[in-house]
Amino acid sequence: MAIDLRQFHQTFFDESLEGLAGMETALLRLEKNPSANSTDDRETLNAIFRVVHSIKGGSGTFGFGWVADFSHLLEGLLDDLREGRRTLDKAVVSMLLRTVDCLRNLLDAARGNKMVDKTAVENVTQALEDLRRADAVVVAAPSVDSKPDSAQRWRIAFKPKLQLFRTGNDPWRILRELALLGEIKVTCDSTALPAWHEMDPECCYLGWSIELTGNVTRAAIDEIFSWVVDDAALEIAPLAEPTTPVAHREAHTDAKPTMVKLHGPSLRVSTLKVDTLMDIVGELVITQTMLQQTATAFAPKDLPQLLVGLTQLERNVRELQESVMSIRLLPLAFVFSRLPRLVRDIGEQLGKQVELRLAGEHTELDKTVIERISDPLLHMVRNALDHGIESPAERRAAGKPATATIRLEAQQKGGNVIIEIEDDGRGLDYDKIFARAVEQGYASANARPTQEQLQEVIFHPGMTTSDAVTDLSGRGVGLDVVRNNVRSLGGNVEIYSRPGQGTRFTVRLPLTLAILDGLGLQVGDQTYILPLVSITESVRLTADDLQSIPGGGEVFALRKDYLPLVRLHDLFGLAPRSPDVSHGTTVIIEADGSRAGLFVDEILGQQQVVIKSLETHYQRIDGIAAATILGNGTVSLILDAGGLIRLAYAHTNVAAMRRPVAPLAAIAPLH
Amino acid sequence: MATILTADDTATMRQMISFTLGSVGHEVVQAPDGAEALKIASTRKFDLVIADINMPNMDGISLVKSLRALPDYRFTPILILTTESQEERRQQGRSAGATGWIVKPFNPEQLLTVVKKVLG
Amino acid sequence: MHAEIASISSTAVEPLYLTFSLAGQDYAVPIAKVQEIREWTRVTPLPNSPRYVRGVLSLRGTIVPIIDMRLRFQLEEKPYDSFTVIVVVNVGGRLAGLVVDTVSDVVRIGSAERCTMSDFEGKTNRAFIEELAQINGNLLIVLDVDRLLNVEDLATGAGPSEQ
Repeated sequence: MAIDLRQFHQTFFDESLEGLAGMETALLRLEKNPSANSTDDRETLNAIFRVVHSIKGGSGTFGFGWVADFSHLLEGLLDDLREGRRTLDKAVVSMLLRTVDCLRNLLDAARGNKMVDKTAVENVTQALEDLRRADAVVVAAPSVDSKPDSAQRWRIAFKPKLQLFRTGNDPWRILRELALLGEIKVTCDSTALPAWHEMDPECCYLGWSIELTGNVTRAAIDEIFSWVVDDAALEIAPLAEPTTPVAHREAHTDAKPTMVKLHGPSLRVSTLKVDTLMDIVGELVITQTMLQQTATAFAPKDLPQLLVGLTQLERNVRELQESVMSIRLLPLAFVFSRLPRLVRDIGEQLGKQVELRLAGEHTELDKTVIERISDPLLHMVRNALDHGIESPAERRAAGKPATATIRLEAQQKGGNVIIEIEDDGRGLDYDKIFARAVEQGYASANARPTQEQLQEVIFHPGMTTSDAVTDLSGRGVGLDVVRNNVRSLGGNVEIYSRPGQGTRFTVRLPLTLAILDGLGLQVGDQTYILPLVSITESVRLTADDLQSIPGGGEVFALRKDYLPLVRLHDLFGLAPRSPDVSHGTTVIIEADGSRAGLFVDEILGQQQVVIKSLETHYQRIDGIAAATILGNGTVSLILDAGGLIRLAYAHTNVAAMRRPVAPLAAIAPLH
Repeated sequence: MATILTADDTATMRQMISFTLGSVGHEVVQAPDGAEALKIASTRKFDLVIADINMPNMDGISLVKSLRALPDYRFTPILILTTESQEERRQQGRSAGATGWIVKPFNPEQLLTVVKKVLG
Repeated sequence: MHAEIASISSTAVEPLYLTFSLAGQDYAVPIAKVQEIREWTRVTPLPNSPRYVRGVLSLRGTIVPIIDMRLRFQLEEKPYDSFTVIVVVNVGGRLAGLVVDTVSDVVRIGSAERCTMSDFEGKTNRAFIEELAQINGNLLIVLDVDRLLNVEDLATGAGPSEQ
């Protein structure tokens, strides 16, 4: 029965990458405070050694040749370090960091994601070997077996020492194994057996003389005795002339990295969370049984019992929901952990001194959100390093400390996680942004937008203001992609900046992708759900508040601004309860820096809904984000504020809204 | 079928060993380090112990020594997992009282063969 | 009435079809693609969709679009009654509900029953017709279900859907 090893590949990769991440963190720490406490450092080096050792072992087992060879080489260096044969200096740390990258690439290649960059690997290998050359320890190649290899008959004398049993070995096993190689004739030598009353049953007094017939190699016999060779007197001799020696050296086959087909995304979950889940399911089963019993032969007197059961059911389900959601939650530390390395490398590259301060890395987010927020966050940090932070000389000239600070802080607020990325650099250059916006056609040269609008416009495509497109911030990976990624997760990004003082990005993300806090809206005979995050306030308008625009559309004044009115009935082709705005409510929605008023019949109330996809079996509809299933089993559509606002602008003649006060006139709508 | 305790700080290894030996009907208990393994071993008796050498919180060699000091484990087969190059560690393991060793890397078939050999 | 069609094995030679009627004409779809049959229930209308997409329903937690087949074939609209049935089809994992007048029968269609297209003159869009068959003197239009659910054909219309 062949066991397919591929089922373990995923775990191996997960574990190895985790180990490498830990190794990287440890190296960065050691670099900052070398030998602050040497026993701690020794333990850290030991831990690093074990990581590479495990990777070596696993990759050998699974046949990932490149990984195995490289980690074998690296292990040697790490062994020297942990045994104190070599000191850990900055050069060694930099080298080791390179090996971490190399191993990551090799693991990726083994997983089937990329080709191995042989030149890169060879470079690192060469550097590694150069570093070790002085203390090269020649590992003795296994000695070639010079004894006769194979014979027809062997004579074996096996006399174990007294304490053989204490190592858990058993001569009976050995004899049995020999019997598998060929025919054996065994004679027992009991001369050493003492008298009964002197005998210690835990000692081995017996010896054996074995004649083994068959075409058996010496190696096979050695193998059987390999464990006990030190605990016994052993003589192995061929009895007949050996046949032509069959030099059988099985080289370790260095299997090419196999293309592994993984079983799909996986999750490492703490057993504690799973145990909790099991407990809740257990309670659910009990509740179900109770309800079932109550329902069978139900009489009106059983009603209170039924109600109790239903309350219990509600509680069980809620706990189950929270518990399952929490399984998908991972701490942001997963994302934050890549940053120290990034900041260090890029800082060095650009000649800037930066201190990274992280807070709230224990804050948890849904696994999918974490995976997809990782790149956007990294990009924003890169942005800060690239554009925001000045060189040490510039900073000193501006009266700032030479070392800049980038602060990343995450916290949970309600159903959202807020992540702030703040730097104390030069802030947004509004003039440059304005110039670029005009270039790109987002603004007109004679109507300079407000600071808020300029902050908003940098999220439009093509808005990078660096003169040379450095590969740091990426070609074409602008902030627009960042915001799209965040929006696609149901979140948003905002920016705030003070020239000369710094810039702050605020990323807002929902705690989970599947559940939404929404507001129920009645429109005609239909119920819609509007995500709470999109709502700023609600007002009751009168017909006098509305103004028609020549060319189409209606607007109304909200304090200093004019906002377009979206009559949801008209948009969706429903009959309203009343077309008179004073008979209904207008909800002010906001998305992407724009606002609009949504006229509906009635606000129903807040509710938490499960997000169901519309696109799985149908397709996207503008203005509709998804759907949900209400308590009565009917489907209710979840509105997309951004989409609705865009539709509103499409129907409303924006050009006719050119007033000095209108905030939206200077920037053309996005899509 | 036998009860086997396996100690290794690599989850991949533990899983593979557990799965392989479990598939032929053995009961396998896993421990992530030597200290944990010793704790588990003290509460119940296993037919076989398989331990890696390099582990945090008590390495394989110390685990073997400690196990041999327990009355239940004086004759229990204990196998250590070692790599080819760790010749002296292997010897240390033997001196500490290990029954034998399994050389890494190994495949499931090899593991099954050795375990079968040891358990009889 | 909910009925789930158990997987009736169909031989390659003479596969099974579910027949239903629309405005007096009988149609057939392969039983293999039919997931279940449901009675008509209120759907939630979808804005900016073609007229024949009446809306969506929840099918045990999944959101499924419901297509009115009379409107799809540009036949006269008929108010729904207690006989109105939704045939839920599954085409490569995508689900849709087809609203039909009534469901008739499950029949085998083999070479004996098939007839040529050239004789056919009907109002139904020929693009959706897979083939024609005749059973007991009755003309049966066998539909190409994949085509019916084609995404391009379900593209959003220019204006809001009418009631």
